Amino acid sequence: MTTDLTRATAAELADLLGAGTVSSREVTQALLDRTAAVDGAVHSYLHVDGEGALGQATEVDRRRAAGESLHHLAGVPVAVKDVLATRGLPTTCGSRILEGWVPPYDATLVTRLREAGMPILGKTNMDEFAMGSSTEHSAFGPSHNPWDLDRIPGGSGGGSSSVVASFQAPLAIGTDTGGSIRQPAAVTGTVGAKPTYGGVSRYGLVALASSLDQAGPCSRTVLDSALLHAVIAGHDPMDSTSIDAPVPAVVEAARRADVSGMRIGIVKELTGEGFQPGVQARFEEAVQHLVDGGAEVVEVSCPSFTYALAAYYLILPSEASSNLAKFDAMRYGLRVSPEGVDAPSAEQVMAATRDAGFGDEVKRRIILGTYALSSGYYDAYYGSAQKVRRLIANDFAAAFERADVLVSPTAPTTAFRLGDKLDDPMAMYLNDIATIPANLAGIPGLSVPSGLADEDGLPAGFQVLAPAMADDRLYAVGAALEARLTAAWGGPLLDRAPDLTEVAR
Amino acid sequence: MSTATEPVLGFDEALATYDPVMGLEVHVELGTETKMFCGCPTAFGAEPNTQTCPVCLGLPGALPVVNEKAVESAIRIGLALNCSIAPWCRFARKNYFYPDMPKNFQTSQYDEPIAFEGYLDVELDDGSTYRVEIERAHMEEDTGKSLHVGGSTGRIHGATHSLVDYNRAGIPLVEIVTKPMLGAGERAPEVAKAYVATLRDLLKALEVSDVKMEQGSMRCDVNLSLMPKGSAVLGTRTETKNVNSLRSVERAVRYEIGRHAAVLSGGGSITQETRHWHEDTGITTSGRPKSDADDYRYFPEPDLVPVAPAAETVEALRATLPEPPAERRRRLQTTWGYSDLEMRDVMNAGLLELVEETVAAGASPAAARKWWSGEIARRANTEGEDVVTYAERLGVTPAHVVELEGLVTAGRLNDSMARQAWEGVLDGEGTPTAVADARGLELVQDTGALEAAVDAVIAANPDVADKIRDGKVQAVGALIGQVMREMKGQADAGAARTIILERLGQA
Ligand SMILES: [Zn+2]
Repeated sequence: MTTDLTRATAAELADLLGAGTVSSREVTQALLDRTAAVDGAVHSYLHVDGEGALGQATEVDRRRAAGESLHHLAGVPVAVKDVLATRGLPTTCGSRILEGWVPPYDATLVTRLREAGMPILGKTNMDEFAMGSSTEHSAFGPSHNPWDLDRIPGGSGGGSSSVVASFQAPLAIGTDTGGSIRQPAAVTGTVGAKPTYGGVSRYGLVALASSLDQAGPCSRTVLDSALLHAVIAGHDPMDSTSIDAPVPAVVEAARRADVSGMRIGIVKELTGEGFQPGVQARFEEAVQHLVDGGAEVVEVSCPSFTYALAAYYLILPSEASSNLAKFDAMRYGLRVSPEGVDAPSAEQVMAATRDAGFGDEVKRRIILGTYALSSGYYDAYYGSAQKVRRLIANDFAAAFERADVLVSPTAPTTAFRLGDKLDDPMAMYLNDIATIPANLAGIPGLSVPSGLADEDGLPAGFQVLAPAMADDRLYAVGAALEARLTAAWGGPLLDRAPDLTEVAR
Repeated sequence: MSTATEPVLGFDEALATYDPVMGLEVHVELGTETKMFCGCPTAFGAEPNTQTCPVCLGLPGALPVVNEKAVESAIRIGLALNCSIAPWCRFARKNYFYPDMPKNFQTSQYDEPIAFEGYLDVELDDGSTYRVEIERAHMEEDTGKSLHVGGSTGRIHGATHSLVDYNRAGIPLVEIVTKPMLGAGERAPEVAKAYVATLRDLLKALEVSDVKMEQGSMRCDVNLSLMPKGSAVLGTRTETKNVNSLRSVERAVRYEIGRHAAVLSGGGSITQETRHWHEDTGITTSGRPKSDADDYRYFPEPDLVPVAPAAETVEALRATLPEPPAERRRRLQTTWGYSDLEMRDVMNAGLLELVEETVAAGASPAAARKWWSGEIARRANTEGEDVVTYAERLGVTPAHVVELEGLVTAGRLNDSMARQAWEGVLDGEGTPTAVADARGLELVQDTGALEAAVDAVIAANPDVADKIRDGKVQAVGALIGQVMREMKGQADAGAARTIILERLGQA
């Protein structure tokens, strides 16, 4: 068999490994070789753990050879966003303040990956503490979009999207607080899913905004995301917000790929004006494909979405300001002594460390959140934002009365150029306008590639939203669309991306 | 830190002009096996940082999960304090920077406490009852503990470095907050002490905490302000933190009344601040100013789901409440036949349990009260300990009292011998029998010797003997006394009396 192992999907790799055609060690080595060749150009990884991954791969191969019954994905490697605690492997959250910190414990979802026998290739780059939409806020330098290295791979999970888009890993774990899995998927031509809030344990996920954060899968196909989703989802007694109910049948839904009889709701407020024409055009084509597949289209309106961005940028910084308070230079991570001060106080060390250890975007949001929570302003800001949050949930509930799933373009534009929006936070924030409502309401969302925009030839994303705990519907719709589009394109979209080995020399 | 004594007005003088208003906040460490939000053990006195995990160390990514047992304890406390129990409430984050606090926020309850609007009736020394209204009882977690090394005082100033022990971080606490107590007047210090004592007894009866004030598992903050007599406007208050004994609660209230009064009478104004209580000198000193700038930026803890105890659960917990201490006290008083004064003495000395155990072990209520409230109470007081702790330390048990009473009833010891035997027990000489044996304490049972002594005493006191012969029987006491002296105390006074009266024809 001459399959390029780096281009095989996770489902294909699982079959090859199961049949004994290849070993996990071969697969892992192929991916590590690819990383050696291209990551200098893409910068998807903050830490590559070749030795650890090969060790895990060897162990899985040994167990398989011994006839042990293994998980379906056993031996399929995965990359993990650097916001998740990994025992014995650095976890920095893209921040100087955590540089060198090696957690003494694994996040629950990492434990589940290990238990499934999935070698962990390394930790992927991200905007510092997941604050950003471009990965340019990483303290360790930006990641690049494999479609055009001068462009952003999305954010905050640009490392996880680009690692998958550049064939360094078939699967990656991302986290989505306002769209950080879906928007990077959209701009890199990959698939990314944000499960229902509480569907995947947050234990070990370094919190940005606790009430919004949700870890989920990144992959090149809808089925692959469903397979990874099934590994990491499910109740965790260590996370009190984790849902104690059976995981929706996401893999079955992805395999069925059937939308016949389904009511697809187009959210009026998330299409048209403000969306790049090429993105809008691909969205409309995608809707037509679903109609061809037997779906019925309805238009729904969610008027409160107008306030979603404002509410999000009050709730997120408020929670973040509190979550980041623990980074005080006292117990782990960076410690900086203020210059010119003899015997500095704990407060002075804390101030100097935070000044040196936190980037501008993090500082901006800490200040914003501290202000929004302070007495006298709480009701006007945090309190009002929580009310908006309820209105948005009500809008979704009403919309789901009329439609089984809701759809929109994932991001209003294709990937912008690195540096273009760095000095304009508001412009950057607007890139998450279509993804944020799902986080505020806690519902699941999925982004699948809808094709390349005419004006720049860059990928556009198609977003599917479903009611809480109906994650399976996302995969049914996503897989149906993917099948029709792939047929129309004559192969996977990513095959049209430049071959980075030439660019990287 | 300044420990200079500030002017204090005399207590009576202060109360002639002002009415004190008190609010007490009592923190109780719950005696759960594990911490509030993780599975770490809560045992006291373990090696520093051996009872920690990512959760209670606040490591990045770790999440809290509420301890169900702690919630149950909090609900039972609320019920025992006649509070309403919230059908739905949340934890909040109290954000502030503190080196002992791993997350730099404390997970607590803010505007949604688990229990609210209750009361506790407190009995005072004169037998009257004061009703303390409870504002709320809420759940929170304790912080860690700093140790400042290298200085002479153990305080942070002068220390070369500080060490932090997180074993205590995350231990479940319930904070019980009273409403402002008005109208206690001169009895304010007594009310404060009686409230904390009553609360301590109640919490002990609930078996939710070991309520050891000296180990910090029960701590009291005293809020106090003064109102000019006839005014209805509350004055500025101060908060005296971490008052650690019943006696100190009373003293701290008394001291702050005098201090506030001196400041106000001198035309000054009270600064709203926290104050430190100094056990040794009996004064408070200025701590951190407390102002509107104290902004904890409370918001609902997003990492925890709300606490929503079902009505049936609450009722089931209500059924587990022990007999309220006040009712229990009345019941025991009736059973034991104590006078009000005797009962109050027993209560004030904290002897209720010990007397109860002793009676259960077979002693008469009278003997139990007599032996525990006598010499041992005096000694314990000198040592500055309560009787229970003192007795525990000496290894003196209810069984000793039972044995002592048995020796008296059997006629081996008279009252004064029994006292000597008890002193021997307290001196560590062994059981009452062992002491009596060692010290040769034994009533003389030989009637021949007794009769001889009686005859000798009658012969030596003819005038007294005549009086008795004439019917003045009450004079017999003088002769008994002399017989006892003759017998070196080892005679049975009852037997001596019988023989004297026989001899003098009055039997
Ligand atoms: Zn712990």
